[in-house]
Amino acid sequence: MTKSVFFGTLTAVGLAAGIASAATLDDVKARGELNCGVNTGLVGFAAPDANGNWSGFDVAVCKAVAAAVLGDPAKVKYVPTTGQTRFTALSSGEIDVLSRNSTWTFSRDTDLKLDFVGVNYYDGQGFMVRKDLGVTSAKELDGATICIQTGTTTELNLADYFKANNMSYQPIAIDTNAEGEQQYLAGACDAYTTDASGLAATRAAFADPENHIILPEIISKEPLGPAVRHGDSEWGDIVRWTLYALIAAEEYGVTSANIDELSKGTDNPEINRLLGVEGELGAMIGLSNDWAKNAIKASGNYGEIFAATIGESTPIGLARGLNAQWTQGGLLYAPPFR
Amino acid sequence: MAMVSEPPKQGFRLSQLIYDTRYRSLTIQVIVFMLFMAGAGWLVDNTVRNLQALGKDFNFGFLWNRAGYDIAQTLVPYTNDSTHARALLVGLLNTLWISFLGCIAATVIGVFVGVLRLSRNWLVSRLMTIYVEVFRNVPLLLWILVFLALFTETMPAPNAYRVNAETGEAQESLFLGLIAPTNRYTAIPSAEFSRSLGAIDTALAPISLNALLILAVIVGSVFANRWLLNRARLIQEKTGARPVTWWQSLLVLLGPLAAVLVALGFHIGIPELRGFNFAGGVNVTNAFVVLWLALSLYTGAFIAEIVRAGVLAISKGQTEAAFALGLRPRRTMSLVILPQALRVIIPPLISQFLNLTKNSSLAIAVGYMDLRGTLGGITLNQTGRELEAILLMMLIYLAISLIISGGMNIYNSRVKLKER
Repeated sequence: MTKSVFFGTLTAVGLAAGIASAATLDDVKARGELNCGVNTGLVGFAAPDANGNWSGFDVAVCKAVAAAVLGDPAKVKYVPTTGQTRFTALSSGEIDVLSRNSTWTFSRDTDLKLDFVGVNYYDGQGFMVRKDLGVTSAKELDGATICIQTGTTTELNLADYFKANNMSYQPIAIDTNAEGEQQYLAGACDAYTTDASGLAATRAAFADPENHIILPEIISKEPLGPAVRHGDSEWGDIVRWTLYALIAAEEYGVTSANIDELSKGTDNPEINRLLGVEGELGAMIGLSNDWAKNAIKASGNYGEIFAATIGESTPIGLARGLNAQWTQGGLLYAPPFR
Repeated sequence: MAMVSEPPKQGFRLSQLIYDTRYRSLTIQVIVFMLFMAGAGWLVDNTVRNLQALGKDFNFGFLWNRAGYDIAQTLVPYTNDSTHARALLVGLLNTLWISFLGCIAATVIGVFVGVLRLSRNWLVSRLMTIYVEVFRNVPLLLWILVFLALFTETMPAPNAYRVNAETGEAQESLFLGLIAPTNRYTAIPSAEFSRSLGAIDTALAPISLNALLILAVIVGSVFANRWLLNRARLIQEKTGARPVTWWQSLLVLLGPLAAVLVALGFHIGIPELRGFNFAGGVNVTNAFVVLWLALSLYTGAFIAEIVRAGVLAISKGQTEAAFALGLRPRRTMSLVILPQALRVIIPPLISQFLNLTKNSSLAIAVGYMDLRGTLGGITLNQTGRELEAILLMMLIYLAISLIISGGMNIYNSRVKLKER
């Protein structure tokens, strides 16, 4: 008897565990909130203000997705993740989308079972040093002590770069950007290395940004973009096309100022389809027809977001560079909305 | 007619499993065991299913892939071309090294403080009380961070030792011309040999023949010295007069060593600033020193309390008897009280050693690359093998702890009361 109870329990347990996670879209709708994994604090990309409101370039992606899915950009729960915890947080289901300056690489896309849906910032790894060190090139860093965020691609690039140039260095492993900033400012390392955009953002938060320079060498390709779990293509499509909607909106001149005007109907069928005036694009990805309109209204189109968070008029002062529209000589290129 | 009342013969009934005290405990044990196995089965089953749902497999093949990252402090040769398994080994050795040094320092601190806390000197005993209470009651992680902040913020950068080309002076100069504390590491002199006998290449690490030779000479000298002292004792027992041996001992202990050192061309490598950092000596990283200090002082406070309890457990009569025999207080402590107190001290001391070893995994807070930093940190992250890495790490910590407690149990059985 007891034996059958035992096997019965096992079977019941097996069945209970067998009910795998349902589609992410249904989860998010049922929860009424999007769980978005962001940086623990990187000014311009994702940082909370004094009132705990998150803002930044990566945060804008979270807001746009929440607006597209739930119709309200405020319905986001921001989950701060470190370089070490981010992918585990995503694959365990703690977050629905990871928008945390994460580099799209082959092994992450395949072996780690993530899906990078696109690129929202084309970046590369750089070095920051104090001006009074007298270093003008990364090639002069032989023997230097370098602070490096652990669990990142930059850690591997650094090893490769120094090896390729036959130089030695002392790595100091740190966990978060804040820790790296503290160690670098205390002089515990000669140079701090991470994505060039991250360096600019970090430097902007210094009391004396003018005393630090970012060396000209960019030693890697770092396409940063939002990622979702592998295996839920519907959800991946939603995040991917939300990102493209922001990029396309800039290309077509749809801004948060004129979007209400344009959504009454225009002569351009592409804009009409994007904003849900024409066609049934929303239904095709299981959302309402004004999903893209909501997403764009959340914090503006790609260009507006860039200018407001990390652009040249902000303390971070990043130029568009590679992140300009393809029509402007950049790499941003949204496929047609059709 | 005799009435023989036979005991009622009854078959075994199922209800006896619950109501018969002979079987009840067995029944309960069987049920609890089954529930436990069902729970364990559920955990394993759940894990397997979820791994399947994520499309991940479970294998340790990643250990043989190229690691690709660098580690600052390594006891065995390691480059970024080494495998993840090699990085694991580096981390493991770093863990063992810090734990070993930490256990020794914590024991020394603990015994001193524990004894001094019982001192009749009011100031000394109060100071020790303050030390124990402050260290015992603040989380270890905070101590590590405090020490790190102290080292990073108060020490000069290596740059401060640079001689200014115009004034010809440096902001800081080497302590005694030998040691340079900086906010990254302390540069200390190293032992250098101008002639090397080469090294034996083992899979683990190359073993320097110079070091082996010196070790052999020291061991030989110590044995020779023991033979010398033994001979003196025999002569003393036979004739009553002990021959003078101190100069012979000194010669036997130091002579061969000095000869070998000269033969190998021993000299001291003095650290000097080259480029960004010191070279020529040994750079002991602050991460290591900070972790070692914090672990030793924190665990030392607990050990002090254990030692105090052990000493107090010895009855006052022992002290009085020792005094009556004319032993001075210090001899009483070392010859009479402490040997007996050891029996009380050692069992809880084992758990403190285990605590220290496990607490060394807080190394991540200062960037000291221990097992948690390599296998459980960078390797886990770069390969995405969370389950494998964490399980392997748990297994290794378990093994280390069992080995430590096994060894200490042997020691414990040697010092415990011998019953004859």
